[in-house]
Amino acid sequence: MAGNSTYNPTNPVEKWLDDRLPLVRFSKEHLMDFPTPKNLNYWWTFGAILVMCLGIQIVTGIVLAMHYTPEATMAFNSVEHIRRDVNFGRIIQGTHAVGASMFFAAVYIHIFRGLYYGSYKEPREVLWILGVIMFVLMMATAFMGYVLPWGQMSFWAATVITNIFAAIPIVGEPILQLLRGGFAVDNATLNRFFSLHYLLPFVLAAVVALHIWALHVPGNNNPVGVEVKSERDTLAFHPYYTMKDMFAMVVFLIPFAWFVFFAPDILGHPDNYIMADPQVTPPHIVPEWYFLPFYAILRAIDFNILFIDSKLGGVIFFAGSILVLFFVPWLDRSKVRSGSFRPLFKPFYWVFVLNFIMLTYLGAQAAEGIYVVLSKIGTAYYFAYFLIILPVLSRIETPAPLPTSISESVLSKSAS
Amino acid sequence: MASEATTETTKRDFLFVATGAVGAVAVAGAVWPLIDQMNPDASVLALASIEYDLSSIEVGQSVTIKWRGLPVFIRHRTQAEIDEARAVPLSELKDPATDEERTKPGHEQWLIMIANCTHLGCVPVGEAGDFDGWFCPCHGSHYDTAGRIRRGPAPANLVLPDYEFVSDTLVQIG
Ligand code: HEM
Ligand code: FES
Repeated sequence: MAGNSTYNPTNPVEKWLDDRLPLVRFSKEHLMDFPTPKNLNYWWTFGAILVMCLGIQIVTGIVLAMHYTPEATMAFNSVEHIRRDVNFGRIIQGTHAVGASMFFAAVYIHIFRGLYYGSYKEPREVLWILGVIMFVLMMATAFMGYVLPWGQMSFWAATVITNIFAAIPIVGEPILQLLRGGFAVDNATLNRFFSLHYLLPFVLAAVVALHIWALHVPGNNNPVGVEVKSERDTLAFHPYYTMKDMFAMVVFLIPFAWFVFFAPDILGHPDNYIMADPQVTPPHIVPEWYFLPFYAILRAIDFNILFIDSKLGGVIFFAGSILVLFFVPWLDRSKVRSGSFRPLFKPFYWVFVLNFIMLTYLGAQAAEGIYVVLSKIGTAYYFAYFLIILPVLSRIETPAPLPTSISESVLSKSAS
Repeated sequence: MASEATTETTKRDFLFVATGAVGAVAVAGAVWPLIDQMNPDASVLALASIEYDLSSIEVGQSVTIKWRGLPVFIRHRTQAEIDEARAVPLSELKDPATDEERTKPGHEQWLIMIANCTHLGCVPVGEAGDFDGWFCPCHGSHYDTAGRIRRGPAPANLVLPDYEFVSDTLVQIG
C-alpha cells in the first residue's frame, strides 16, 4: 500500500528535507492519504482509542512518578500524599488508576472485534500476534502498577501472582526468589516493579509502532471481510477516519471522565486503602476486574491431572488461556473472515462472549459450591472454543454468499 | 567470496566459529551480573537466622513472627490438638507426614511453620477450617492441627523452617 502518496514538495526547505529524511512524506502516506476501506464501523475506532489510552497512562504516569516514593515504608503514604496534597493530584492519580481500567475495557473490545471479523486471518497473522504480545505487556504493566500503592491488595496480589512461578518444576523456587529479590515480597520487589512499570509502557509504544506497520502492509480488514479490490472501496484516512476516530474518543472519554470525577475508587478494592501487612491476608482477595476471567481459570483447576498437581495445573491453564490466542490464525481455517457470513460460527461466538463475561463474574466470587462448578464449565468452553469448535467449524460450515466487493456491499445496503 | 565457496572446512571457518564462541561467552558473562543482581542481596541473606523466646506464649496461643521477610507461625498446641493430629491415619493425607515428623522430640507442643499457604502464599487464618487447624481464605485450603493439607487446592503441608531448640524456651530459626 506504500507509494500511494500524492506528496509533491514544492518549497525548497521541504524538498531539501524530503531528500534527506522523508518524514513529511511518511506522515502523509500513513496518516493522511492511507487508503482505508470505506465500510469500517465504530468497532474499528478502538485502535485509535487504545493509542490515546497509552498516551494518557504515560503522561499521567510520568507526573505521578515526580511525587511517588518506591520504598516499602513510604510508598503507601506517598500515594495518599499525591491524592491529598499535590495540586490536582487527586485527578491525575484518579486518571491513571481509572485509565488502566478503561485501557483494558478498550483492549477487550478490540480483541473481540478481531475475533468476530476474523481479522487475525491471512495475511494479518503477524499483526494479530503483535497484538497478543501487547496484551501480555499491558497485563504485566498493570499488575506491577497495581503493586506500587503498597496497599493490602497490592501486596497480596504481588505475593499470589509471583507465587505462580513457584509452580514450575525444579526451577520454580529460584525463579521466584529472582523475581522477588528476597524470600518474600518486600522492598526489593517494590523497587524493581517500579523500574519495570516505568519501562514497559515505552516497550509497549514500540510494539504499537510495529503493530501499525504490520497493519499498513496488508491494510485494514473490514466488516464484510472482503479485501479491498479497487480505489472505489476506499477512502483517505484523513479526514474521513481521523474525524470518526476523534468522535469515538470523545464518546469514550465521557464514561472515563465520569469515573475520574465521580467514582474514582469504584473499580478498585477498599482493602487497598489499608497499608500492606505481610502478616495478615485480607479475607477475600480478588484481582482487578480485568484479570478476573483468567483468575477464574486459574482457580478452576483444583484437582490433580495425572502427575500434574492442582497448583501446576492451574498455572498451565492460566498461561494456556493467553497463549492459545497466538495460535488462533491457524486454528480457524475458514476462508471467510467476517462472522456475519458464517451462520454456524455466530452462535458459538456469542456464547464465547457470554462465557467470558461469566468467567469475569466467577473470578470475583468465593471459590466454593456452584461457583467452582461453573468456573470449570466456563474454562472448558473457553478452551473448547479455540481448540475444537473453531477448527471443526472451518471444515463443516457452509458460509453465506459474500459480496463481490466492499463498494457493492455498501451500495446494496444504502439501496435497501 | 561466493565463487570461492567450497564444502571443505577452511581455517577461516574455524576462526569464524571460534570468534563466535568467544563472543557468546563474553555476552553471557556480561549478562549474568545484570540478572543475578535481582537475586536476594547480602542484607537479605544476613537476616537468615533468628532466635525467639517462647516463654510468653501460653497453651492455646499462637504468634506470627517474621523470618527472612516471611511470616512464621509459632503455636503452643493444646493436648487435644496434639491428640487430634495423631489420631489421623496417614492414608487420609494428601501429603503424608506424621505429627512426630512435624515437631521436635520433647517439644511436641510447639508447632513452628512458615505461615504462607503452599498454594499461592496467602497467610491462613488460625483455629479455623474443617480440621480445626488453619483455613486459607484465598482459595479455600484447609490445614489440620499439625499444619497438614487436608482439603483445597494447596498441594503440600505448611512448610517447616529449619529450626532447633537452644533451650526449652528458646528456639533458633534458620
Ligand atoms: C500501559 C500503561 C500503564 C498502565 C496500564 C498502568 C497502570 C497502573 C495501575 C493499575 C496503577 C495503580 C493505581 C492505583 O491503584 O492507585 C499504576 C500506578 C502507578 N503508575 Fe502506572 N500504568 C501505566 C503507565 C505508567 C507510566 C508510563 C508511568 C511513568 C512512570 C507510570 C507510573 C505510575 C506510578 C508512579 C504509579 C503509583 C501511583 C499510583 O498508585 O497511582 N505508569 N499504574
Ligand atoms: S493461597 Fe491459600 S488456597 Fe490459594
